[in-house]
Amino acid sequence: MRRKDAHSARTAWFVVTGLVAFMLVLAGCGSSGDSTGGGEELQKVGKGEGALNLISWAGYVEPEWTKPFEAKTGCAVSDKEAGTSDEMVELMKTGQYDGVSASGNATARLVAANLVDPVNVDLVPNYKTVFSDLKDQPYNTFDGVNYGVPHGRGANLLMWNSDDVKPAPDSWDIMFDPKIAAKYKGKISAYDESSYIADAALYLKFHQPDLGIESPYELNEEQFDAAIKLLEEQRANVGEYWSEAAKQISAFAGGDVTVGTTWQYQYFALKGEGVPVAASPASQGFLPKEGATGWSDTWMISSESKHPNCMYEWMNWIIEPKVNAEVAEYFGEAPAQELACEETANKNFCSEYHAENPAFWKRVYYWETPLADCGNGEEDCMDYNDWVKAWTAIKG
Amino acid sequence: MASEAVVERRSVGHRLADLFHGRPRLQVGGLLAGPVGWLVIGYLGSLALLLVAAFWSVDPLSGLTVKSFTLENFESLVNEPVYRSIVWRTIRTALLVTLTDAVIAFPIAFYMAKLASRRGKALLVIGILLPLWSSYLVKVYAWRTLLSANGAVHWALNPIGLDTPGYGTTAVWLVMSYLWLPYMILPIYAGLERIPDSLISASEDLGARPFTTFRRVILPLSFPAVVAGSIFTFSLTLGDYITPRLVSNDQFIGNVIFSNIANNQPFAAALALVPIVVMVAYLLVARKLGAFEHV
Repeated sequence: MRRKDAHSARTAWFVVTGLVAFMLVLAGCGSSGDSTGGGEELQKVGKGEGALNLISWAGYVEPEWTKPFEAKTGCAVSDKEAGTSDEMVELMKTGQYDGVSASGNATARLVAANLVDPVNVDLVPNYKTVFSDLKDQPYNTFDGVNYGVPHGRGANLLMWNSDDVKPAPDSWDIMFDPKIAAKYKGKISAYDESSYIADAALYLKFHQPDLGIESPYELNEEQFDAAIKLLEEQRANVGEYWSEAAKQISAFAGGDVTVGTTWQYQYFALKGEGVPVAASPASQGFLPKEGATGWSDTWMISSESKHPNCMYEWMNWIIEPKVNAEVAEYFGEAPAQELACEETANKNFCSEYHAENPAFWKRVYYWETPLADCGNGEEDCMDYNDWVKAWTAIKG
Repeated sequence: MASEAVVERRSVGHRLADLFHGRPRLQVGGLLAGPVGWLVIGYLGSLALLLVAAFWSVDPLSGLTVKSFTLENFESLVNEPVYRSIVWRTIRTALLVTLTDAVIAFPIAFYMAKLASRRGKALLVIGILLPLWSSYLVKVYAWRTLLSANGAVHWALNPIGLDTPGYGTTAVWLVMSYLWLPYMILPIYAGLERIPDSLISASEDLGARPFTTFRRVILPLSFPAVVAGSIFTFSLTLGDYITPRLVSNDQFIGNVIFSNIANNQPFAAALALVPIVVMVAYLLVARKLGAFEHV
């Protein structure tokens, strides 16, 4: 009996030693496994490969415009919806997708990690008539090289249940001012991602000008701490943080929350369900008085794409005037394609969404990746990891 | 010519057969090479990779891992109070869910094993297995609707002056207890089935009251089964992140791992070691309690 125990103990040690050796080998090999790829852009769009795997925001890839695309190009579209930019970056790392509708807080990371390739915009005929204030922007062009095709843009909305919230708010006070927000304690719905820190920073930019916040994505330690403090105070009043659109829709529909930050997608879905929700009206330009954070999305092509021709076809298709109009109206955002404004079902759509009004977009702060270097050469800004850590701490 | 070819062909099989003939170790080795290879490389190998990655760090912009040794992940894990409270919350909930499930599961399993008729037993087994046929997400979303401010729980409890607990740690506890209950009932049921009725009769004949019989005969004999079930409920709760995400604002270990995977995989890996360590400790305690004897 004892002999047997001794024997099995020796076997156990043998297995453990083997595993440790295996780990050491792995660790040793590690340094050679850096990801490569990237750099080469396509020179000519050839015949489609028959399939296309996309990562998108909810409402960006819908049968209304993928069916005709499939009929025209023979590229069968399969789509994976992501709820946050982090999720998109993570999915892109798998290398199983051809393209992604990346917001500005993902693009820089995707490029830095060589997960996406430059885009030869000459191969995308519809690119010529994209709004010029969407071209060559810091979130889609790096070192003068284009990395994608603009999809559309919009502002994050302030939405409320008009039965419960009166009078209609015209400011983010209702979310952030402790006295006002306390009236809706437990009924506030906030976005669950570190980028939401920028919403607090934008509020402070307006209400505490002495902090000297320029861009809500470029915060030094003092400005950052002020935003964090505001969010910690807000937490007591938050009923629910959301990151899936479906979760927020069910919370508003079930009466669990009555006011929150949202996207057009949820707003229209709730309207469709007959829930009495309202958002900052067109007369206010959809924006509370402080302005808002928002997005300008870019279709990017994966550096490991197995269907690059289909992806180029898609990038051209999604900014085809008629399709881009359909996409923009479906989601509720401003189209990227100038000519789309003539194709919308609602003839006033482009003016309602300020698609052709560059001045309006100055008040919308597109999502960006926070970097330590925010232009003053001192590397004293809080970077993305700081944001993620702080966000974990806020939620507790 | 032709007969040579036949000899050649037959000899491959023959040679293999000769190779294995009379070598029991080789036979066993050939049989186990596949599964053991999978276990060591696919299963333990990925765990080893996880362990190694926990000592790496990350480039802040690209989120790519920098493969040089550092302890900073573990330092922030230990030093920042928020992670401690998240770990503690997760363990507490896992223990609570396990206890709840054990208390609910034992009487059901006992009824199934010892009292129910054949038909009743079959019906109960189907009833317990039925929820496992539907999607996990559907069940969690159903609970989300039930617990909502205007949901069924509110409607049912309102007349007696109570209300839905709303979304939070309590909701996580309720939903997890529901989700993992079958994993507790089935092992206990199997354990109780194996206790001969004669032992219970003997205990009664010797004058033990029902509670004494339960305490001194049934419980000790079925305890390993309870611990086996608790390993399921405990580890499943420890690792889940979707339920907390859907029915609470509180973060559990899995949520923090998830939110770090995109941009800081080494930290996520370090965090992923916490449930492993907790589980190892749990299994050691279970072994001390005799859970792996009489199996």
